[in-house]
Amino acid sequence: MNFPILSSLILLPTIGALFIFFVRSSNSQYQSSKYVALFITLANFFLSLYLWIVFDKSIVDFQFVEEREWISGFVNYKVGVDGISILFILLTTFITPICVITVNATIKNRLKDFLIAILILETFMIGVFCSLDLVVFYLFFEAGLIPMFLIIGIWGGERRVYSAFKFFLYTLLGSVLMLVAIISIYWITGTTDVIKLYELGIDAKYQNLLWLAFFSSFAVKTPMWPVHTWLPDAHVEAPTAGSVLLAAILLKMAGYGFIRFSLGLFPDASLYFVPLVYTLSLIAIIYTSLVALMQEDMKKLIAYSSVAHMGFVTLGIFTMTQQGIEGSIFQMISHGLVSAALFLCVGVVYDRLHTRLINRYGGLVSIMPKYAIVFMVFTLGALGLPGTSGFIGEFLVLMGAFKKNILVATIASLGVILGAAYMLWLYKRIIFGKLINEDLKKMVDLKRFEIVTLWLLVLPIIFFGFYPEPLINSIEVSVANMIDINDLDKINKLALGD
Amino acid sequence: MENLQLIIPELFISIMIMFLLIFGVFKKNSSQLVYNLTTISLVAALALIINLDAQIQSSLFNNSYNIDSLARFMKILLILSGIFVMLSSSKYIQISKISKIEYPILILCSILGMMVMISSNDLIVFYMGLELQSLALYVLASFNRDNLLSTESGLKYFVLSALSSGLLLYGCSLIYGFSETTNFNQIMVNTKEIEYGLTFGIVFILVGLAFKISAVPFHMWAPDVYQGSPTSVTVFFALLPKIAALTVFIRFLYIPFYELGDQWQMIIIFLSIASMVFGAVAAIGQKNLKRLIAYSSISHMGYALAGLSTGTTQGVQSSITYITIYLVMNLAFFSCLFMLKRNDEYYENIDDLSGLSKNHPLLSLSLLVVLFSLAGIPPLAGFFAKFYIFVAVINEKMYFLAIVGLLATVIAAFYYLRIIKIIYFDPEKEKFESKHNLGLKFTLVASTFFILAYFIYPSGIVDIISQININ
Repeated sequence: MNFPILSSLILLPTIGALFIFFVRSSNSQYQSSKYVALFITLANFFLSLYLWIVFDKSIVDFQFVEEREWISGFVNYKVGVDGISILFILLTTFITPICVITVNATIKNRLKDFLIAILILETFMIGVFCSLDLVVFYLFFEAGLIPMFLIIGIWGGERRVYSAFKFFLYTLLGSVLMLVAIISIYWITGTTDVIKLYELGIDAKYQNLLWLAFFSSFAVKTPMWPVHTWLPDAHVEAPTAGSVLLAAILLKMAGYGFIRFSLGLFPDASLYFVPLVYTLSLIAIIYTSLVALMQEDMKKLIAYSSVAHMGFVTLGIFTMTQQGIEGSIFQMISHGLVSAALFLCVGVVYDRLHTRLINRYGGLVSIMPKYAIVFMVFTLGALGLPGTSGFIGEFLVLMGAFKKNILVATIASLGVILGAAYMLWLYKRIIFGKLINEDLKKMVDLKRFEIVTLWLLVLPIIFFGFYPEPLINSIEVSVANMIDINDLDKINKLALGD
Repeated sequence: MENLQLIIPELFISIMIMFLLIFGVFKKNSSQLVYNLTTISLVAALALIINLDAQIQSSLFNNSYNIDSLARFMKILLILSGIFVMLSSSKYIQISKISKIEYPILILCSILGMMVMISSNDLIVFYMGLELQSLALYVLASFNRDNLLSTESGLKYFVLSALSSGLLLYGCSLIYGFSETTNFNQIMVNTKEIEYGLTFGIVFILVGLAFKISAVPFHMWAPDVYQGSPTSVTVFFALLPKIAALTVFIRFLYIPFYELGDQWQMIIIFLSIASMVFGAVAAIGQKNLKRLIAYSSISHMGYALAGLSTGTTQGVQSSITYITIYLVMNLAFFSCLFMLKRNDEYYENIDDLSGLSKNHPLLSLSLLVVLFSLAGIPPLAGFFAKFYIFVAVINEKMYFLAIVGLLATVIAAFYYLRIIKIIYFDPEKEKFESKHNLGLKFTLVASTFFILAYFIYPSGIVDIISQININ
């Protein structure tokens, strides 16, 4: 097959953005630019769906690989997918059209610019997940900062400037060390091609420092405790669509990076630093869950819950077991759907009452029953009730953890309970109780486009909760291969002494 | 006489200087005409240089004047930037009432001096070129003589520059004393052994050159001169002398002093780190855009020096790439600055940009691209410039320099972001004029497009530069 399907996936949103940019703007055409964006993102979704269908899940190699000379004699533009990255691409192309649908209600000014920013961002996000060259990866990884900075800064809430700066500088600071590491890898091995690097391997004496450099970037982006503080700010101030993209996809870049690069390129160092990652993950799970309990702002609460959930992800990845890594990937996909949905739910009530403070709400069930139902599903998804996708991810991660370290697994399990506590309490305070506030009585139930977007998210959350097979099937071979070629099992056995 | 063919561009510019001077004096009210003729003669000079063989390698006048691939490339860069500066600033000169015949002629003189500097292979020829360009620049800096700031900047530049030229000359005399020659190649042959006097000579020369490219700690003049001079001169300052000085840096370090690398490497590393960090930190508090860009160019020169400090061909090539991309970015930035005009008055404070994006979406978009590029965020050209530098630096295992440089980019990102914040996030102000002359628009569009589309084919420039022969 010669059709460059991945490059088309990457380029299509940019072409759409250019199209919207060059079409003359007038108020009547705001709507049409929205339809253009929707069309483009949907086309991209179906393209990636097609990619998933024709993707051969039984092969360990990267597929649909395209390679072209880029910086001559140095870096090649190389993209390709395996079972892991294809899921993230699918998640990206699935979430982006939903964001486009929601802009009507949330974005009051400069809609055209907003759509352009989202489309450009989609290009960069897809680029991150399918690049097979470290420099290309870095390029996409960093470039995503520009549109996100603008989305938070232009369309954000009151403290948007502070949040946008914090987001940008934190992430940039984390990433510059990764650039040093990437260039060092080039001089150590003579290539930045990921597939070649998998084959060559990197000398163990360099691994620890390189691992730390990559870690500094991914830890900020994940975000892990204690560098997570940009996330609540960014989430709170970003417009709904921005929060959705941030939570659903941008955070996953780091988790993906951990699997693809930290584990894949530096297996020895990964093992060496397991205690560090375990500790930080556990602190993230327990501490940020407690912090989430105390929040008065809905978005902040969900932001902290994201940090806790990403704690499970990092924990699962560094158990280095088949179940743990699969669980992490599953958890990332599930969290992508659930957190996107939760931010959309917050957006729904925020558009009506223009406040995110939890105590201003209460008793919504009597006037917004449809809203109460979908919110219930997402709450249960977030706390990991069996039958939702959240359960599978957490269960697999804990299973992996129990195999390795019972103490760690036990503490992590406590996080599940705390998660249930803050999510259910949030639900109780918003939906149940007495309808005291006068403004609330005027609120109307979900509009048509809100029903569409929210139910689009309900379906996969429940579907994958009952039938995780399609996802697991897709990642199984790649994860097994990753463990196999890097001898993670052997390393594990040595470490455990058996 | 064969030799003369190779310096036809220089001869042509000299003749044009004399012709235009006479022409301007005898023809009344000819300032605009002289300006246009100057631009045309620069284009002609460009054509003459491009006409030279790309792989040319010859020395003229008793081996004191080099016409080689490095000189050719740098002169093309120099004259191209000269043309774009002329194109973008023509309206500004008329409005700020500095449209006199001397203005373009001084610019030509200065460019001639720089061309001599670029080609020089001898201490005396080099110094002659340096003085020719500096003297023209002193006058240009204070060209708006009714303006207090402009006069001050001219005087300040003159005094400090004269001091640095003195140091430079002293260095030259020391070098001459210890190597018994003024020719670069001969110096290399005669200085196999290190003597203290020689080291002093190198230090003095490096100090003088560092002054010319405003590297910390010899940068004090830059912010005042940038701010005080008319903007059309500031853009000239920001672009052209840097090309010439960097070329001279390359020549000094890689021909006469190449064997003495361990003597100068630490000095260059220090200059580089100090410039990168100081430029980044000091720009944070600035309110005037021209002053800010002065600090930003100090910081950028630090990166260019980082490439030179490696002592490898790859490092030099990365520096040349850096300066090329730097020129384009600054050109685009100043073109934007020339567009901030309302009622025949130019605005140059950061606050004047407030809410620019609502009234001037395209101008703001260009500024956005330029500023992110200056900050070195991928996928814009500025990122690649830094990337090449760090590839060269890390290849030499100079991790400390690389990490400090990258941290400085994060600090620098803050003040670039601050401008973007003011453009995009702040409430709007009065509209600026939206009619501009064609030359200015062309400059802005061309340079912005270059920055934006650089990533599509990044090897283009690198391939050209990798063919440059250093020694």
